[in-house]
Amino acid sequence: MKTTYEGRVWVVGDSVDTDAMYPGYAMKMQQPEAAKHVFYELRPGWTDEVQPGDLVVAGRNFGVGSSRPVASLFQILGVAGLLAEEFNSLFQRNCINVGLPALTVAGVHELFSDGDVARMDIASGVVENTTTGASIQGAGLPDMVLEILDAGGLFPMLRRDGYVPA
Amino acid sequence: MNSIEKTLARASGRAEVSVGDTVTVEVDMAVLIDLQFAVGWTDPLRIADPDKVAIVMDHAVPAPSLQDAAGGPKARKFAADFGISRFYDVGRHGICHQVIAENGLALPGQVLACTDSHTCAGGAYGTAARGLGPIEVYAIMCTGRTWLTVAPTIRYELIGSKPEYVSGKDVFLHIAGKYGNAPNLNLEYGGPGLATLPMNDRRTIATQGAEISADFSTFEVDDVCRAFLDSVTDQPWEATDPDPDTAYHEVREVDLSALVPYVARPGTVSNNSVPITEIERRRVDQCFIGSCANGQLDDLRITADVLRGRQVAAGVRLIVTPASQAVYRDAMRLGYLQDIADSGAVVTNSTCGACFGYHMGVVGPGEVCLTASTRNFKGRMGSAEAEIYMASPATVAASAIAGTISDPREVL
Repeated sequence: MKTTYEGRVWVVGDSVDTDAMYPGYAMKMQQPEAAKHVFYELRPGWTDEVQPGDLVVAGRNFGVGSSRPVASLFQILGVAGLLAEEFNSLFQRNCINVGLPALTVAGVHELFSDGDVARMDIASGVVENTTTGASIQGAGLPDMVLEILDAGGLFPMLRRDGYVPA
Repeated sequence: MNSIEKTLARASGRAEVSVGDTVTVEVDMAVLIDLQFAVGWTDPLRIADPDKVAIVMDHAVPAPSLQDAAGGPKARKFAADFGISRFYDVGRHGICHQVIAENGLALPGQVLACTDSHTCAGGAYGTAARGLGPIEVYAIMCTGRTWLTVAPTIRYELIGSKPEYVSGKDVFLHIAGKYGNAPNLNLEYGGPGLATLPMNDRRTIATQGAEISADFSTFEVDDVCRAFLDSVTDQPWEATDPDPDTAYHEVREVDLSALVPYVARPGTVSNNSVPITEIERRRVDQCFIGSCANGQLDDLRITADVLRGRQVAAGVRLIVTPASQAVYRDAMRLGYLQDIADSGAVVTNSTCGACFGYHMGVVGPGEVCLTASTRNFKGRMGSAEAEIYMASPATVAASAIAGTISDPREVL
């Protein structure tokens, strides 16, 4: 089971809401096009800069808002995982359910600046800034959640269990 | 245990649950919405129980785009193929949380999941109801189950009597303004003041638990709630009243009698809502009354009472969206829609519409909108360069007449 992820980080602030990541107007687009509008107003041009394997680090209350499938847009952009001081629980579930690791670690926002490289272990909860050498210990994700991530999200599990076509 | 913990214990087949427990629960009702048929839909091979599934066409109806139009036939075929009788198609539709309420799909002591973040609305009826993403509700439809982690609960103890001119919106904005966000926490409302809060106000408050990032947002079941439930369902249910010795994360007392109309400034409701006497009297371009929070029949009655015999100010658009087709028909029968339209307002069909900036009243750059809906996030209702203030239907209607953000007590 893959539990460690390493990548360049992008840091955003507190209470970044789902309208800032998947605005209503983008819901009229197919998802590959909609993905170009993540952080459209918060960080214009970001979707051209983000690279596959990058991680996003956020502050408190990350993802407050809608049930819309924001996590899928991050995956289209190649984002490998999210770290936050605190997640909105619906948003965190949405990430896990599509197979995008989302780990809560207090102090993570202060630990990173844009461009630093992070290594996170979602099983142990250890997060390291390999650029500065600093690290912090959070709580790992529960086994039930790790199992969903290992399967690649809920849909592959449904396929495995015969609920949807192979 | 509190009411939410008791419900999760029952649904997970345990004698009790504690804060921090992760449990697998049987879900009593899974509600799907139109949007998930329009993007990424795959017909399942089997589902757990067609009687525990409902489908509501709400966010984008009648279809404003080809993408949305393509979803409708998939929903209709799926409902027919899998024998889902609770299919609320265009014309018998409404915003899912209103449809859930009208049809008794949210019952005390039960677990309800729906593909919309405002599903916590069902907490008005003592239901452990929460919004989940499209893939998770789809999975629940297939398996009948999901997992939940028991969060700590804040108890709101309501005391005093709610004044006539104060609504559930004002109660909520007071709470959001004073206490801010509550992520990974449950909210439970009760106390001696509860009896003075009608069901529509409880729905507004429960719905907006999403804006302060709460998990569940539930009300105790009292005689007012029982009377409502008796009017919509003959299904059996069992309330999960909190134990008298329940320990809460925090207990916060709210004196309803001391409240006044509130307004949230643009961006968020959390720590950003103030009594209307403190708000800047901004000129407004668009006023909106609608959504799962404020498109209920009582909201339209209050709106009609303010507008009757008056005219919306020149240069202001007032858009009113009933929360369901049933609300629309009742409001028409009772003359509310006539009064609203006579004032120069636009009454739209029932849909989520302007609330999520999708259709039926998108706001443009530089505009100021005052809304009685769910969210005032930047860009929520259209342009990120528009400013969205939030208030009660009475305040929005009064402001539409005045042309500036105005205290409804000056009009009524």
